[in-house]
Amino acid sequence: MLLVFVGACRPREDARATAEAATAGPRVVSLVPAVTEMLFAVGAGPQVVGVSSYDKHPAEVATRPRVGALLDPDLERILSLKPDLVVTYGSQTALHEQLARANIATFTYRHGGIGDTLETFEAVATRVGRGDAGRAAAQVLRAQLTGIRMRVEGQPRPRTLLVFGREPGSIRHVWASGGVGFLHELLDVAGADNVFGDVARENIQATSELLLARAPEVIVELRAETRVAESPSPWLALPGVPAVRQGRVLALTGDQMVVPGPRLGQAAEALARALHPDAFAHQPK
Amino acid sequence: MRAPAESGVVRTAAWDPHDPRAAAQAAAGRRRQAWRIYGLFGTLLLAAIVGAPLVGSTPLDLRAVLDRTRPFADNLDAQIFFIARLPRVLAAGLVGATLAVAGVVMQALLRNPLATPFTLGVSSGSALGAMLALTFLPTWTGGALTSVPLASLAGALGAVAIVYALAQVRHRGFSTDVLLLAGVTLNAFFSALILLVQYLSDFTETMRTMRWLMGDLDVAGYRPLVIAMGLLLPAAVAFAWLPRSLNALALGAEQAGSRGVPVLGVQRLAFFAASLATGVAVSLAGPIGFVGIIVPHLVRLLVGADHRIVMPASALFGAAFLMACDALARLVLSPVELPVGVVTAVVGAPFFLWLLIRKT
Repeated sequence: MLLVFVGACRPREDARATAEAATAGPRVVSLVPAVTEMLFAVGAGPQVVGVSSYDKHPAEVATRPRVGALLDPDLERILSLKPDLVVTYGSQTALHEQLARANIATFTYRHGGIGDTLETFEAVATRVGRGDAGRAAAQVLRAQLTGIRMRVEGQPRPRTLLVFGREPGSIRHVWASGGVGFLHELLDVAGADNVFGDVARENIQATSELLLARAPEVIVELRAETRVAESPSPWLALPGVPAVRQGRVLALTGDQMVVPGPRLGQAAEALARALHPDAFAHQPK
Repeated sequence: MRAPAESGVVRTAAWDPHDPRAAAQAAAGRRRQAWRIYGLFGTLLLAAIVGAPLVGSTPLDLRAVLDRTRPFADNLDAQIFFIARLPRVLAAGLVGATLAVAGVVMQALLRNPLATPFTLGVSSGSALGAMLALTFLPTWTGGALTSVPLASLAGALGAVAIVYALAQVRHRGFSTDVLLLAGVTLNAFFSALILLVQYLSDFTETMRTMRWLMGDLDVAGYRPLVIAMGLLLPAAVAFAWLPRSLNALALGAEQAGSRGVPVLGVQRLAFFAASLATGVAVSLAGPIGFVGIIVPHLVRLLVGADHRIVMPASALFGAAFLMACDALARLVLSPVELPVGVVTAVVGAPFFLWLLIRKT
């Protein structure tokens, strides 16, 4: 009982604290981690009064009340935070209606490529009254990406498999980036060709046959968290894959790799450094 | 209403069980019929074994596959054939045959035509184990075995133990009614826990767990197959011994008992063998639905109810059926794959209904 009571009270106190900190502009609840990051990046952090269950970045989000996510938005809690604007996913139609009835504006997030991220950056910043900061931040991100593109220009572009999930300890249920979406585009920026670039889907289950047939020269595994090293590597089950034969199976850790937000520049750089260490050899990290 | 004598079962009335010559003739006829069925299903299986490895997302040159002069490491066709496709086709055969026979045994044991290998909670226990491993276990490798199949097998065996204990408690014997109810309830309970685990897990994990639940035969190597075959061996021995007793059991426990069949022992053996087989099949390839119910019924529609024929025929046809379904799953949207469980249901259900309507 007591726990429930404490649990129910806590967010409201937090909300009050953040409300006091907020200087100007609308109070925002964000159900989309990528957009939360954007809001903090343009200095609208104090206006963010609620975040999704999956928000991890920046560290300040830990102090904000959690209001659910894509599948389980907690309307009651969202309303209790008295937001002026709620950032939602396009598929949350029921939530849109409920919020409209409560006279709360929504900003619909559209998941897509890097271009969509840049557009979203500017648009959401404008909605919270920080259009200039948004345009500037998008410009910085654009410049970062262009910088990386130029850095790896002229390097050989390895045929690369970008893995973002598989069964632990084996190469079953390998999920890889298809030819659509920001991961595919990041790979392009970082100077590599996606082995599934021709598949018009955001993700594809890469069966052992596809892995052999597509013969990636490099395999990059994205992980949100550090995992225990697998020994022996499960990829050795496919010794015919060039990346396995040449020992070019790379792991990149960090949630910036999977959140299409302001840290895309960092993600692209990490990817480029892993793929083309020579291009970064004489530069300070 | 027509009298039973007019409804087309006249032939059985004309048969006199006490006439030894007629009995011998009938037995010989049944044997011939059985061999015809084995021949038919065996041919189907052979066609599947030969045909299934030849199709896939990548066109293969068969001459290159069998070209021994090129080293294996440089022979992409051979690698795709021997590392990716053949194990997969063999897995389909093994899982198809296992689930089909387990289905026959479950239907006989529970004396319920709607029973499947998954009725008694084995698959949902197995799924819960896999979900927990996928969601909460860090990477763990114990040599040949990885966390997910191991956890799923443990979940299956756990479910078997619970159901068995429930069927035993308060009954000195082995109540199939309690077994059925306990199984169905356990299924619901485990399904709820699976939903809870999925709800608590991250987006990416949810996708992985969902995919696991749809069934997948891409085992990428022979080791999982060898392990599965080793584990299936006791079940296979039991299956070979069971048909005659299951025939007797079909008449009811009392009738079977009066014919000298050790009813309790047979029921236990059938339960454990079918459960073990199902658990191993599910830990290898996920819960592939429909094979365990559609194949036994289809076979029975063709060959009658004699388990001595139904069980081997189901094994042959189950293997061929799942191989064919998996080939379809690989081809339809190639290079994107359909989950094989979806294909078994989509292909199997209409075919089964057609056969049902045609026969009646």
